[in-house]
Amino acid sequence: MAWTWFHRLASPPYVYGVAGRLSPWFAWPAVLLILGGLYGGLVLAPPDYQQGDGFRIIYVHAPSAWMSLMVYTTMAGAAAIGLVWRMKVAHAAAAACAPIGASFTFAALVTGALWGEPMWGTYWQWDPRLTSELILFFLYLGYMGLRAGIEDPQRADRASALLAVVGVINVPIIHYSVTWWNSLHQAPSVMRLGKPSISLTMLLPLLAMLLGFTLLFIALLLVRLRAEVLLRERSSSWTREALLT
Amino acid sequence: MSHGDVEVAALTPPIVARSSATSALGAAALALERDLLLAFRHPSQLVQPLAFFAMVTLLFPLALSPEPARLREVAPGVLWTAALLASLLALEFLFRDDAHDGTLEQYALSGQSLTTLLFAKIAAHWVLTGVPLTLMAPLAALSLGASPSALPGIFAAVLIGSVTLSLIGSIGAALTLGIKRSGALLSLLTLPLALPVLIFGARATQLAMSGGPVVAPLELLGALAVLGTTLAPLAAAAAVRISLE
Amino acid sequence: MPEGPLEVEDLSVWRGERHVLRGIGFSVAGGQGLKLTGPNGAGKTTLLRSIAGLTYAEQGQVRWRGVDVRRDLRAFHASSAYLGHEPPLKPDLTARENLRYWVGNRRRVASRELGAALQRVGVETCAEQPVRTLSAGQRRRVALAGLTLLALPLWLLDEPTTHLDMDGQQLVGQLIAEQLARGGIALAALHHPLPGTLSAVPTLELAA
Repeated sequence: MAWTWFHRLASPPYVYGVAGRLSPWFAWPAVLLILGGLYGGLVLAPPDYQQGDGFRIIYVHAPSAWMSLMVYTTMAGAAAIGLVWRMKVAHAAAAACAPIGASFTFAALVTGALWGEPMWGTYWQWDPRLTSELILFFLYLGYMGLRAGIEDPQRADRASALLAVVGVINVPIIHYSVTWWNSLHQAPSVMRLGKPSISLTMLLPLLAMLLGFTLLFIALLLVRLRAEVLLRERSSSWTREALLT
Repeated sequence: MSHGDVEVAALTPPIVARSSATSALGAAALALERDLLLAFRHPSQLVQPLAFFAMVTLLFPLALSPEPARLREVAPGVLWTAALLASLLALEFLFRDDAHDGTLEQYALSGQSLTTLLFAKIAAHWVLTGVPLTLMAPLAALSLGASPSALPGIFAAVLIGSVTLSLIGSIGAALTLGIKRSGALLSLLTLPLALPVLIFGARATQLAMSGGPVVAPLELLGALAVLGTTLAPLAAAAAVRISLE
Repeated sequence: MPEGPLEVEDLSVWRGERHVLRGIGFSVAGGQGLKLTGPNGAGKTTLLRSIAGLTYAEQGQVRWRGVDVRRDLRAFHASSAYLGHEPPLKPDLTARENLRYWVGNRRRVASRELGAALQRVGVETCAEQPVRTLSAGQRRRVALAGLTLLALPLWLLDEPTTHLDMDGQQLVGQLIAEQLARGGIALAALHHPLPGTLSAVPTLELAA
């Protein structure tokens, strides 16, 4: 009884249908929250007393950086489920996560560099956050490279899933060691978030953006998951029916 | 027929009794012995990573300047970058031949713990690559301007760090089994995971050269080695099984 | 004492989108053999590999002595020997060294026993040469020596007669007959017919 939902979740046609029905419920709130957050952040919020208007890139940078980690964790979680219970849909979900996560990571890197120019006078500073972000980007690339490198789809699923799990164990270690390394070599980072003094008009748009990006990720994941499931099940009869109706 | 009846009787042993089965430790010792014997039949494979390490060390004085003060400053970074790359180069030999000739398959089907057998293989790999690297690193450090008093610290750091490099590398080597031209992918998978070793190792070397206390980074390196010993053989065994599927 | 039995029930394996095995089922008791035949690509290798636990079967069960082998794969492996297409030998080790490590990994084996086994399969003259210098047929014979030395109740053999001359094929038949005579089980994927004494061994024909 308790397991029926789990088995249904493992069934590709069921997941295909549910993901299709659910995705608008995440996509529209995401669009509204992001538009609202951007308006709040770029127009309504007052300029920072130190950084002027330059700080406004935080409204894209911080949610992207947040998502880059969250997507990796989600990916590793899905991969672990696929590995332990041999659930094909979970592998499909992990595979669907990777390009989304890599894109968020890339966005975080680019916005970080753009922010760095007015702040540090250079586009790239070996700041611990940015360095960790760059390493995370390589972890995503490695994951996608391994998937692409193995021809047999089942083996590609399982090998890349194992890599994702190994990666997620290593992420905190890497982050800690990079922070430790940084503390030896330079002053603490300029990019600090969540200062207690941050004003509400600055904070609210940021929270809206965080929530909006999270919902956007879920919506993108559902769309990609549908495509991934369809691709994997292209020879079975239900896909033909699903596409014709 | 050339096979006499007496021989036949001697050669159809009764189905093996449990008591004569090899213990886990015995099987691991045999696997270690076998890998060492094989390596000594092909000494050139052993020398190549070492020569590579020496070459990379040589590149820096030529590319930067032979000025001792400047070399001393970059020595820790040069040493650890070279060590990381040399250990990466040696990784390709770790499982490739055994995967090719069916040894890994027989290991996986032997009824012995694959994790233990792979641990023995990793140990052999460390003896063959990590130990020579450890012996050579102090010489390289001397050539880059380290004082003799710094050598024990450098020796200890490379000794501990190379254990972790072999362990982490085994995961990447096992994951890329069966992929043609996997060299670049292997680096992409392994290097991000090996960064903490680079950071703590270089720091220990730096402190050793400036006469500071090396205990803290050595302890961190030791912690990584312990963590790697516990988890890496498990992950490598899972990856080998996936490659055999 | 008869070993086993080995029971395979409704075994199905997918490779990507392709159904390689569909609902295979049979049962082999101790002292019995089973010959697997079928055209290339019919799934003989896949069947042997999924019984051995290398390839994952999406559906179905393999039972050894009445227990699902997936419940304790290592215990099952401790009583089964799998010999694939290629003999699992290191080119740079001698025949004797190869057997010492391969067999020794599972059970303690005396040097005299090794020598006798190599003599039995007719490669005693090149026992001390690197396997690299041996012919394909000689390597196959070394692998057969290893197989007998493992002395395990269940044999899973993939094309054991490949590269063997007439005399060598006779030898394979003889070894299988001995395995059955002592109560063991042998499954072999074969293209050639087995020699005379084993013509009674039942055949499982896999369709392409």
